[in-house]
Amino acid sequence: MLTELWNDAEGGFHPASAPDFLPETALKQVQLRRLRAVVSLAYDNVALFRARMQERDLTPDSIQRIEDIQQLPFTVKADLRDTYPFGLFATPMSDVVRLHASSGTTGKPIVVAYTREDVGVWSEVMARTLACCGLHRGDILQNAFGYGLFTGGLGAHYGAEALGATVVPISGGNSDRQIMLIRDFGVSALCCTPSYFTYLIERAAELGIDMRSLPLRAGIFGAEPWTDGMRDHIEDAAGIKAYDIYGLSEIIGPGVASECSAQQGLHIFEDHFYPEIIDPETGKALPDGEEGELVLTTLSKKAMPMIRYRTRDITSLISEPCACGRTIRRMRRIGRRSDDMFIIRGVNVFPSQVEAALLAVEGTLPHYQIILTRDQGLDQMSVEVEVTPEVFSDKIRALEDVRARLAKAIEHILGIRVGLRLVEPRSIARSEGKAKRVIDRRNEGA
Amino acid sequence: MKLQQLSLFLENRPGRLGAPLEAIAKEGINILTLSLADTAQFGILRLIVREWDKAKQVLEDAGWVVNLTEVVAVDVLDRPGGLAEALAVLEGAGLNIEYMYAFSLRRGDKAILIFRFEDPDRAIAVLLEKGLHVVDGDELLSVVSGC
Repeated sequence: MLTELWNDAEGGFHPASAPDFLPETALKQVQLRRLRAVVSLAYDNVALFRARMQERDLTPDSIQRIEDIQQLPFTVKADLRDTYPFGLFATPMSDVVRLHASSGTTGKPIVVAYTREDVGVWSEVMARTLACCGLHRGDILQNAFGYGLFTGGLGAHYGAEALGATVVPISGGNSDRQIMLIRDFGVSALCCTPSYFTYLIERAAELGIDMRSLPLRAGIFGAEPWTDGMRDHIEDAAGIKAYDIYGLSEIIGPGVASECSAQQGLHIFEDHFYPEIIDPETGKALPDGEEGELVLTTLSKKAMPMIRYRTRDITSLISEPCACGRTIRRMRRIGRRSDDMFIIRGVNVFPSQVEAALLAVEGTLPHYQIILTRDQGLDQMSVEVEVTPEVFSDKIRALEDVRARLAKAIEHILGIRVGLRLVEPRSIARSEGKAKRVIDRRNEGA
Repeated sequence: MKLQQLSLFLENRPGRLGAPLEAIAKEGINILTLSLADTAQFGILRLIVREWDKAKQVLEDAGWVVNLTEVVAVDVLDRPGGLAEALAVLEGAGLNIEYMYAFSLRRGDKAILIFRFEDPDRAIAVLLEKGLHVVDGDELLSVVSGC
C-alpha cells in the first residue's frame, strides 16, 4: 500500500516517511532503545565521552528513561577541534566509508565520519526531508548545494536518489547554466542557499526569463538563516513554494529537520536526532515551547555519535499536532545563534578568522567591525577597519594597497568575497563588555 | 629648505573635513595651504601650517592619525609654460614626483607649488643647481604675512 502512495504524485509519501507519523508512545520506545545503544557505543569507544561519564559516576545503565538524557555531559564544537581529526570516532577507520569537513575558527576544519549504515540513515532522513517538501518520484531536483567536503551537496544527492527523484548534480555556481538547465530539463525542484536562489531570480530576469513561467515548483533552502520576508519574495518572484531545511555537519549534515507543506516550523526527524532545548547560560533543560539553545543527540549514528551536542542555534520546540499529520515535533525557524559565528552564503564565519587576517597584514590588531547586509537578496559582508598610524600614509596609492591586502587576506581565509573599508580612528563604537564585532543588517527591511 | 606637511586620514563622507580644521583653528594655528586627495571611500587631507608640531599634537590628541612628510615648495613663473619648465627640469633629472599641488597664494609674478618627492634632498639639490627657487618655511611665512 505504501508503494502505491509513493507513486501517487499528489499527497502521497515515500515509505521512508513512515517514522514521521509514529504514535508518540512508539516513537518514545524507539528513541529510548536507540539512545541506550548510542550511549553504550560512545562509552565503549570514545575516550573523551567515557571520561566525562566517569567523572559524573555514570554508566550506560544510568539511562533508564528518555529523560535520563539530561544527566549526560554536553558535547561542544571545541571538542571536535580538540580531538581533531579523528578523536571522536567510535568505529575503526575500516568501517568508515566517508569523511566530510567544514570550516573551523582558525582554518582547522571540523571532521565528521560516516559508516555505510550512517550514509543509509543520512539518505533516509534526506529522502524524508525532500518528501516533507512535497517531492516524490518523477520530480527533477537540481542540486545546487556544493559537492565536496561540504555535507550539503552529497547529502541532498543521496536523499534525492533514495526518494527516487531525478537528480541534476550541478553543484554551486555558474548561474547562467543553472537557469538554462532549470528551463531545458523542466526542473521541478531546486536546492541551494536562499541568497543564491534570489540571485538566480535576478539573473534569470536579466536573461529575459520569468521564473514563474518555468515548471519549477519547490525550492529547498538551507545552510543559512533567512527571513519570512525573503520567503515571501522568493515565492512571489519565482512562483514556487520555498521550504526551510535544517542540518549541521556535526550531527549528519542536511536532513536533521525540514518544513512541510504547512510551513509552520521544521519537523525534526527525532527518531534519529533527539532534540532538547536548554538555557544556554545554565545548561538546564527547558520545556517544549520555551526558547533556548537547541541540543541534539544522534540516536543512530555509528562512526561519530554526538551526545547532547550544543548547536548554538536558538529556537523552541513545538509539540502541538501539525496540519500535515506528522507526529514528530517541530522546531521554530532559527533566528539567531548563541555565539558569534555567522553564516554567509552557506559559509561559516567566525570573527576570529577575520582577526587572524587583519593581524597577519598589519602586525597588530586594529579595531574592526563586520557588517552584514543583504543586497537584492544576496548576502554581503564588509569589514570596516580603523586606520592606524602604522599603516597610514600620505599617499593614496599606499592606502589603497593596504586596503587591497587586508581584503585579500580575509578572502583567502574565508573563501568568499568581502568588501573592505578603511575608516577613521575611533569611529567604530567601543563596547564595555564583549566587543560587538558583527553588525547584522540582513533582516532589516527584509 | 624642506617643509613639514601634515596628512590626515578622513572618511569620504559629508562633514568630515570641518572637524580637524576647526580643531587647529581653535588653537590659533593658521593654515598656509592644503590639498585634499580622495577616493570613493576615503580622503587624505594634506596641510601646511605655521606650527606644524603643535598642530600635529592637537590633531593626534583629538584622535586623528597624523602623518608627517617632508615636502618641497618651489616657485615658478606665473605664466603659460612656467610649470612645464619646472617639470622638465625634474623629469630630466629622473626625479619621481609622488604628487603635487599649488600654493593658494602668489608672490608677485611667481606661483608657489608644493611637491612631494620620493627623495626630497636630491630634488632640492637638482632644483637649486638648475636655478629654480626653492621656498623655505620662513620665506613662506613672510609671503603669507605680506598678503
